[in-house]
Amino acid sequence: MNESLLINISIALLFLPLLGFATVIFLGKKVPKIYLFEVFIVGIALIATMALMFVKLAYYQSHDIIMAFNWFSIGIAGMKDSFTVELGIKLDNLAVIMLFVVYLISFLVHLYSIEYMRGDKRYNRYFAYLGIFTFSMLGIVLTHNILMMYIFWELVGLSSYLLIGFWFEKKSASDAGKKAFLVNRVGDIGMFIGIMILFTHYKTFTFDTIFAQMALGNIPFNSTWVLTATGILIFMGAVGKSAQFPLHVWLPDAMEGPTPVSALIHAATMVAAGVYLLTKIFVMLTADAMLTIAVIGGITSFVAATIAITQNDIKKVLAYSTVSQLGYMVLSIGVGAYAFAFFHLVTHAFFKACLFLGSGSVIHSMHHEQDIREMGGLRKKMPITYYTFLVATLAISGIPLTSGFLSKDSLLAGTLAFGKLTGHWLLPAIGFLVAALTAFYMFRLVILTFHGKPKNQHKFDHAHESPFVMAAPLVVLATLSIFFFYTPNPLSAGDGWFISDWVKTPHTVVPASAAFDFMVDHSAAHSAKAINNDAHSATNSSEAVTNKSHSSEANSSAHGEITHSELYTETMHWAHYPAMFASLIVAGLGILLAFVFYQWRKVDADKLAESIKPIYKFSLNKWYIDEIYNATVIAGTLVLARFLSLFDGKVVDGAVNGAGHTTKFISRLGGWFDTFVVDGFVNFTAFVSGFIGLSFRRLQTGKVQTYLVLVIFSVIIILLVIRPF
Amino acid sequence: MMGFPILSLITFLPIIGMLVILFLPKNQDRLVKYTSLIVTAIQLVLAVVLLANFGYSSAGVSDQSTFQFVEKFRWIQIDGVSWLGTVKIDYFLGIDGISMPMILLTAFVSLIATISSWNINKSVKGFFMMFLLLDTGMMGVFVALDFFLFYVFWELMLLPMYFLIGIWGGPRKEYAAIKFFIYTLFGSIFILLVMIGLYFSAQETLANGTKVFTFNLLALMNQSNYLDSGILSAANPHNLRLIAYIALFVGFAIKIPMFPFHTWLPDAHVEAPTPISVILAGVLLKMGTYGIIRISYPIFPDITRDLMWYIGLFGMINIIYGALVAMAQKDFKKLIAYSSISHMGYVLLGMASLTTIGINGAILQMFNHGTITAMLFLIVGVLYDRAHTRGLDDFGGIGVQMPVYTGFVTVAFFAAIGLPSLSGFVSEALVFLGAFSVSSIRIIAIISTLGILLGAGYMLWTLQRVYLGQLNEKWNTLSDLDAREYVMFIPLTIVIIFLGIYPSAMLDIMNTSVNTLVNFIANNANSISLLSGL
Amino acid sequence: MINVGLNHFLIVSGILFSLGLYAVVTRKNAVMVLMGIELILNAANINFIAFSKFGNLGLTGQVTALFVIVLAAAEAAIALAIVLNIYKTFNNVNVDEIDHLKD
Repeated sequence: MNESLLINISIALLFLPLLGFATVIFLGKKVPKIYLFEVFIVGIALIATMALMFVKLAYYQSHDIIMAFNWFSIGIAGMKDSFTVELGIKLDNLAVIMLFVVYLISFLVHLYSIEYMRGDKRYNRYFAYLGIFTFSMLGIVLTHNILMMYIFWELVGLSSYLLIGFWFEKKSASDAGKKAFLVNRVGDIGMFIGIMILFTHYKTFTFDTIFAQMALGNIPFNSTWVLTATGILIFMGAVGKSAQFPLHVWLPDAMEGPTPVSALIHAATMVAAGVYLLTKIFVMLTADAMLTIAVIGGITSFVAATIAITQNDIKKVLAYSTVSQLGYMVLSIGVGAYAFAFFHLVTHAFFKACLFLGSGSVIHSMHHEQDIREMGGLRKKMPITYYTFLVATLAISGIPLTSGFLSKDSLLAGTLAFGKLTGHWLLPAIGFLVAALTAFYMFRLVILTFHGKPKNQHKFDHAHESPFVMAAPLVVLATLSIFFFYTPNPLSAGDGWFISDWVKTPHTVVPASAAFDFMVDHSAAHSAKAINNDAHSATNSSEAVTNKSHSSEANSSAHGEITHSELYTETMHWAHYPAMFASLIVAGLGILLAFVFYQWRKVDADKLAESIKPIYKFSLNKWYIDEIYNATVIAGTLVLARFLSLFDGKVVDGAVNGAGHTTKFISRLGGWFDTFVVDGFVNFTAFVSGFIGLSFRRLQTGKVQTYLVLVIFSVIIILLVIRPF
Repeated sequence: MMGFPILSLITFLPIIGMLVILFLPKNQDRLVKYTSLIVTAIQLVLAVVLLANFGYSSAGVSDQSTFQFVEKFRWIQIDGVSWLGTVKIDYFLGIDGISMPMILLTAFVSLIATISSWNINKSVKGFFMMFLLLDTGMMGVFVALDFFLFYVFWELMLLPMYFLIGIWGGPRKEYAAIKFFIYTLFGSIFILLVMIGLYFSAQETLANGTKVFTFNLLALMNQSNYLDSGILSAANPHNLRLIAYIALFVGFAIKIPMFPFHTWLPDAHVEAPTPISVILAGVLLKMGTYGIIRISYPIFPDITRDLMWYIGLFGMINIIYGALVAMAQKDFKKLIAYSSISHMGYVLLGMASLTTIGINGAILQMFNHGTITAMLFLIVGVLYDRAHTRGLDDFGGIGVQMPVYTGFVTVAFFAAIGLPSLSGFVSEALVFLGAFSVSSIRIIAIISTLGILLGAGYMLWTLQRVYLGQLNEKWNTLSDLDAREYVMFIPLTIVIIFLGIYPSAMLDIMNTSVNTLVNFIANNANSISLLSGL
Repeated sequence: MINVGLNHFLIVSGILFSLGLYAVVTRKNAVMVLMGIELILNAANINFIAFSKFGNLGLTGQVTALFVIVLAAAEAAIALAIVLNIYKTFNNVNVDEIDHLKD
């Protein structure tokens, strides 16, 4: 297979689910079985993906394949302010692995959903939505520029909205969809501002071009402060999508969606997109940005773990555990353990999908009962579900021989090394504490659900093992939670092909003054210069960009595995065994406690909860974060909106109407003046003559005799006056 | 270029249609409707013909020779008025990359509005005659290159609009119609004053060498045509250019409508019948921003540059204020009206950047907002036709009852939210990138991004309140879309998706002109500053 | 024998006129009013005749007196006809109540 074939396959893989979406949505009414087309397409694509991944990892392991084309141009080429926006695909190792993860879980979820969603009145539409989700997720995975990433970022937001609110007749479901979209938008605004900073400075969206410029020392606005801000702003996108504190509130609510959707979108793939974004921008993160990211990740993992302990809804426990694990990955990026973050992303995708699908299996057989206090004793009735669930639980708790142990252990080693290098010991401390909490609440879940006696006999009697299409995905995912897919050595991920061959930490492009000291590869200074030269000569055309990234990869691979400084490598080695033992101990402790509380019932959990009621309530109510948001941000916005609406009606429009009324009043005044003053004068004259007439009218008695008297007297008076004599 | 007078044809075709309708016998409602449909359809065909023959690399803006499809001849000439000299007004039409998208928009939205007028039953003849007259007025504004002619078309469109709202409107139609009419007329007076001021400030040299006062916009853009003593000449130390600019801006801002001159819009929309709301939001609002780009910017480049911060500020206020007020509305149509205000804020913000990307984004946003809001008003219209109420809280679960309709609603709503792959995203992104790239309005651009969040907030809330949730039993008799409504929605949806995926189709049309305009403003603003500095 | 002069005639005429006027003004019955008018006319006649004898009018005064007598007769006839008509209309010849001229 040559490069262009690989690219063409990946483009086909990108658009296949969209084709499925379009077909199903338009033919859904006419062809009842059309959903099978979507499942078929994803199945075919999965096979192609495996081939693609194999070829890429086997033959092009240190060689990225890029293809780009112009999307649109602004301005006249060559004149001031003109530029071209590209869309493009970059196939690197991370991308093909993600491609496989997405397609595999997507296919399994498609398969699973055939049974799980049977009988739903919008059955076909559900599969169409899965198709558009898969399409958008693959867009994120394959993109070579940040604008396209943002585009697909929003599109997964849409598909997540549609799928969370799939049962939109329920108010809680439509609320949850809306909340997910809006909370994500908050993060996306930050990401968009970050993109604007990058674009304004570099006039391009392409990652490689931007990083090549940065490597030359050309950083945004010539300020490391802005570079830090850019990193944190783009990270805000990840905070939203990967449900990091303080924007994690949408993910637990998103459990309103169908359970297979929770497995695909809200556990395995979409929420991991934030971490994937961080791996893309990892090279441009400054020390301050990384520390911020690590702190956010640490807080998230801790907060979510403390909440997960007390939740009683099976999906809520898993949701908070997802948040907590995502916090781990973000923490890992923050401490510079790039490869382990991605490793944990992949392992987590499998075992968490397994857990969610397992919980779906339980929920399905219990007639949509989700409260673990109503379950119990399901081990016998649902053996496949139980054992796969157990394997996944062991993985997430970090028990050896599982994939989770490998990734979690190396991740914790990374935080420990970070603590030693920078003195931020709190981060590894939180990491280990969360590991203990994770083991505890996961085993609490397993024990309450599968062990013990059934609490609700009626529902228990109806429970049954799920059919083949639902059980098979569980088995596949549980198998993928075993170590040997990633490394031959069950105790160290570093020996495996995953870490040592496939996922390599790239060089930072941040100026040495702004980066952590251990991130700067002092011994590689000369090769960095070589990269710069390449990059310098290759920023004009997309083809040249391709060349450049080839050579940069070639350079880094020529340099072997040392991607950070020697110091960092040494510290990682130092941290390896302490971290392993510590994580084993805390995990064992957590599991032990879970058994003490819930299996053997040595300590009554309810009584304990009663005795520390404030803390228990605090955890049960999710730290009251939703309440705080409702009372401040949301209520504030609504009050402001109402106020402004009132303002608009009364003041702004009032001013307009007021002007109208004033004009009318003035004209009325004018009218009044005209009527009463100008015309009044005329009428007054008439009135006066009328009045005079009226008063003289009294003389007119109508009696001739009176007239006669008057005449006589008048004559007499006249005679007296004129005295003619 | 003086070939077939296609611009005159496209402009006056509706008037011909109006005359035809006038002579149709009474009670031939269907015939009237079909006449109107045919006329607007031909208009759209002509617009497409224009596009097919359009030269993408011809800049226009201030140079007559690069304008396309130019028609120019003497319209009014009065010789020998002793103290005035010769009064001459040209009939001067022509288009460039700035007006071409608007012509496409006008023709397209007019056709859609005609289809949506099909269920008008009250004095059909009068309605369609007024409608076609309005069409001519709108088209004329976008093709006129003479200020006087522009003004004539500008006013021409007022009258039919007044009657269309005032006769075929809702319960408070008289109030709304009068408010619309007086408000716009109020703005027009400012435009008229500035127009006269400009007329007496600049002289155009005719072919025979004589100099005459002129309304020719292109001549007015050339600073060397200004008399030293003209009240609006930069060379005059006591010039009134700033005041004139503000007056002209207010005249156009009322039409946009820009805060605080926006309150006529919700009333007009709520009372206007659906097709008129479509026209009003789809085309009329763009005339304000078009006027600023076509007239204010190149004639007053210096003031434009000085005031760009304020234009951006008002853009920001429009975005955020409009969104917040929309959020508090209880009436579906009023909500869409306020969302229009918010979306027109993006146009202002993009324009304020004075960069190629920003103004490209602004014009693209004008086009996209035209199609998206047209669709939103049609959506409200479809619901109102069936349920006879527009209260957001009266509904619920319409998505169950009318699934296909709700599908279109989802597309339109997400386009309004600015979802990538739908047209609204590209223009909003370009506007933000443009505004952000200018350091003076960078903060404004950052604050304005809140608008994306608020926009998503009120749109999704509306989607939830009306279309999601349990079906309100009251509405279980509502029928899904009929064939005519499909015909309205499908072309709009196609355009919205097409421009979201392939924005080049529109961007390439305007690119050359916008780039030229930006350079023109920058160069002239500098030379004027030098001039007034002397 | 006292010499009867102009003054005596005028005094008689004056008394007669005054009595007539008094009757015209005070009487309520229209017929009585007419009688008063006759008195006034006769007072005028006396004056004419007196001035015809003592003044320089000559026979003109006596002729006028005759003319007035004829006129008075005609007047009386017409006036009585009017009074009769009034009586027919109003059933009354009381001049106080016949004040329709007022309107």
